[in-house]
This record gives sequence, C-alpha cells and structure tokens, in this order.
Amino acid sequence: MKTEAYDKVRTARSNSRPTSMDYIHHIFDVFFELHGDRKFADDGAVVGGIGILNELPVTVVSIEKGRSVKERMARSFGAPQPEGYRKALRLMKQAEKFGRPVICLIDTSGAFCGIGAEERGQGQAIADNLMEMMTLKTPVISVFVGEGGSGGALALAVADRVWMLENAVYSVISPEGCASILWKDSSKASEAAEVLKLTAEDSYDNGLIEKVISEGDIGEEAFYDRLKWELIWELEKLREKPLDQLLEERYQKFRKVGEPVQNNGQ
Amino acid sequence: MAFFNFRLQPKNELEKGGRTAAPVQSDASEPEKKCPNCHKETPISELAGNLNVCTCGYHFRMNSRQRISYLVDKGSFEELFADVDYSNPIDFPGYNEKIESAKSLSKEKEGVICGTAKVGGEECCIFAMEPYFMMGSMGTAVGEKITSLFEYATEHKMSVVGFTVSGGARMQEGLFSLLQMAKTSGAVKRHSDAGLFYLTVLTDPTTGGVTASFAMEGDIIIAEPSATVGFAGARVIEQTTKKALPKGFQTSEFLMKHGFVDAIVSRPKQRTVIRHLLKIHDRREKA
Repeated sequence: MKTEAYDKVRTARSNSRPTSMDYIHHIFDVFFELHGDRKFADDGAVVGGIGILNELPVTVVSIEKGRSVKERMARSFGAPQPEGYRKALRLMKQAEKFGRPVICLIDTSGAFCGIGAEERGQGQAIADNLMEMMTLKTPVISVFVGEGGSGGALALAVADRVWMLENAVYSVISPEGCASILWKDSSKASEAAEVLKLTAEDSYDNGLIEKVISEGDIGEEAFYDRLKWELIWELEKLREKPLDQLLEERYQKFRKVGEPVQNNGQ
Repeated sequence: MAFFNFRLQPKNELEKGGRTAAPVQSDASEPEKKCPNCHKETPISELAGNLNVCTCGYHFRMNSRQRISYLVDKGSFEELFADVDYSNPIDFPGYNEKIESAKSLSKEKEGVICGTAKVGGEECCIFAMEPYFMMGSMGTAVGEKITSLFEYATEHKMSVVGFTVSGGARMQEGLFSLLQMAKTSGAVKRHSDAGLFYLTVLTDPTTGGVTASFAMEGDIIIAEPSATVGFAGARVIEQTTKKALPKGFQTSEFLMKHGFVDAIVSRPKQRTVIRHLLKIHDRREKA
C-alpha cells in the first residue's frame, strides 16, 4: 500500500531530515555564500551563493530551515521575508549576467507571515520572482528537498526542471490550513493531505514535475552523490539547448498546466 | 485565436459614455444595504445608480459585469474566452457542488470575465474578477482566461486593464491552481517585454496568490479606497504573531504608504483616469 500522504508531510517536516545546507555542503565542491538583497536586509531563511558543481560554477539559491533551535529562529524556520525573495532574485540575475546555471533547493512551510513582511511587499516580492524567473536567460533546476509550501515555494520553482525528493511535498495550502477551512477542524490534516495530492508521486503523476528522486536505502553519501550526478547530467543537457528554445519550453511547460477542455468556440 | 474580429471604429465613443450605461443588476435580494462605514441604509437601486458607492464614500463590492458596464463605452465590450470552464483536476471532494452553487449565485461561469472594450474610445483588453464566484479565487479556468487574455493582448499590441478581486489560489484544485500564478506571470512578462501597458486596479479584497502574481505585476497599480490588499490573511497574521495589527493594516492606503500602489482612485474617477492612461500608453499604429 502507498505510504499515507500525511506521513510524507511529517517526514518532509522532520527535524532529523537533511536541510538545504546539508545538500549544499555535500553536492558542491566549494560554496561561497553571498548575503543580502541590496535593498533592505539579509534574510537568513534564504541561503544563496556560488557553488562549484563538478568544475562548473553555478548559482545556488536555497531556503534553509536551520538545525539548532537558535539557528532555526534566526532563519525564521525557513519562512522567507520579502528580502529573502529579493536576495534570491538578485543572485539569479547575477547568474544570468555571468552565464551560470541556477540550482534552487526548496524547503519551506511558506513565505513568512507577519506585519513587516506585508509592509515590505511579500506579495510583490513573490510576483516579481515568478515573472523574472520565467525569462531568466540561463538554465534553472529547482529541487524540493523537504516542504514546498504554496507561493513561498513557487517563488523559487519557475524552473526548466522541477524535481522532488521522494519524501518532499508540494502544496497550494498546508494540510492543516486546508482542513480548518474545509472542515473547521485542523486535526483533520491527515485527510486533507490525502485530497490535496501533495506528494512527489502525485505531482509527478499529474505531470506537474519532471522527476522524483528516490531516497532509497543507499546510505547518505551515495544519496547525495546520486543527486549531484543527476544535476550534472541534466545541466549538461539544458546548457546544450539554444536559449530561445530553453525559454520557450519553460514558458510552454507552465502554460500547459491545467489547460481546460474548451467547448465549441463562441 | 479568431474569436473576435478586431475593429477600429473611432466613432464618437466619448459621447456615448459608459458610467450610467446599462442597467446595473443588484447582487442580492434584500432591498437595502447597510454601509459598514457610516451605517446608513441605502436602497440597492440607489446604490447601483451611484456605482455602488455610499454617500460617505464607502465602496461596496461590485460584480464583474457591473464593473465593466460602468467603465467601458456602451456596447463596446466583446467577451473573450467565455467558454473556458472549470475542471476538477484532483477530484477534490465537494468541489463540483461548490462550483454549481457559485455559478447560480454569481450567474457567471467562472471567477473572471475577459474581453476587449473601449474606454472613452481607447481600445483595450480588460478583465474583471468576480467576487460572487468563490471570491474570485484562481483555479485553472481563471488562470487560463487571464493567460489567454495577455497572449491575445500581446499578439494585438493592446494594453490590458485588470480589476482584481480574489481570495487567492483555489485550494480545491491543489497544485494545479498554485501553478496558475507562474502561468499568468509568464504571460504578463511576455506582454511587458513586448513594451505593452498593463494597468491593475486592486479592489476589495485582493489577497494571496493573486496578490503574489498578476495583481502586483502592473506597470501602474491603482487601488480603490479602503480595499483590503495583502498576501497573508490578517487573521492568520494576528494568530501567528500574537500581535495587534496596526490601524488600517493591508488597506489600499497602507499599501500606498509603503510604496506598493501608485494611486488610490475612487470609482467615479476611474473611467477618466483609465482612459487617460490608456491614451498615453497606446502602442498600436493609428489608422
């Protein structure tokens, strides 16, 4: 039998699960972190920089939940402020300028929910990323490594390839939020998780992502290595494509999502 | 996309006017509406004659057809993509029934209407979201219609005027609805890269995934007075942060103060403002 959807949500959220920084340290030979959005602040929930992937410089942008309690607090438990999204965009534009591919690692319950975030344009910051990523003139691969919460996750996932780890989840709303709207009872999150079709397998079956990365029982090192080589091979393919084709395919991929059946035209 | 044969007929459209055009249909059966601001009760027909604005200046919600009828030149609206219907891509329980009741309440097929129209003789593409259809939430049909409209506008070198009202992404369509944010943003970006003009009019309420996509992507963003505009819901923020929200939090005025809205324009002034902005940004060769 299939693992229940809510078990996957729990696994994706688990504190013992590797965070984005673990992937960064294992996958890239060198990583030089770059801070700040150049406008207001440096958001700890978004970690970005330049990494070397098998001799190829790439820009890495990730959402990081943190490990210790202190670090998790400093990183707002992986819920980015508008500055986080603006930092991400700054680094992606820099990648475009220098012809570096972009790799995004996503693990967030959602964009930060707070007064300051609204004052500084959380919605506008996400909207800007969606527009700019669609035409970013360099290959982009986004990998969901843990939670993928709504618009706050999508803001780093307008990519040529969107992959999810086997136990990652990606949803329009949290199962708890869905349950409290639907049944006025957030304890029914497990039922909500099921109907939301938020697992990697569901997303793949619905044609909304390109690949599910098996987490298997191959041991930690072998697993990081597998993901690393998947990225290397895929970037090689994407970099061979003419830019016009890359961007057209990116546009069409999202354009096709949920194209409804049209009746006989008016 | 040959839904509509494009016509240019610069025929005294200004004189025809649009503000008092078309009988405005009321949205509820009760004869009077109480203003939440000044508490005055006004007959619905009287309100409708005043663009659903109370004498105190409070802007009541307006359905999408009413919006278009007060804004555009009489008879100039040609609806596009009216046949796009909803889908239930993840077989969400109870969704089909919810759609049926939204259809009968709003008399609309989905959460947005799109088309072409003239505003004081200025031709444009226009969309108006529908507050009485699941609060203008964005599912695949809304995403498809908005995307198609921007593609149509790009193809015909036309400006887009968009009235937003939305509770956000439509939960019942799961990830399919979330991804409409990317899809619509892509079409807006292509329209923008073609040097074309997009004017957003934020109306009450504009929230969630629509705020975080095409509502905030206009070249010029205007808002109706006191409309609620934000990303996260105010109640959710209050519960999460356990802090009292500042006065006027997430209103049009709040957004303007913080630099996210160009101007606040009351309903009676919108037609003039929109006509001027369209005229300034017209990119088509004049006949």
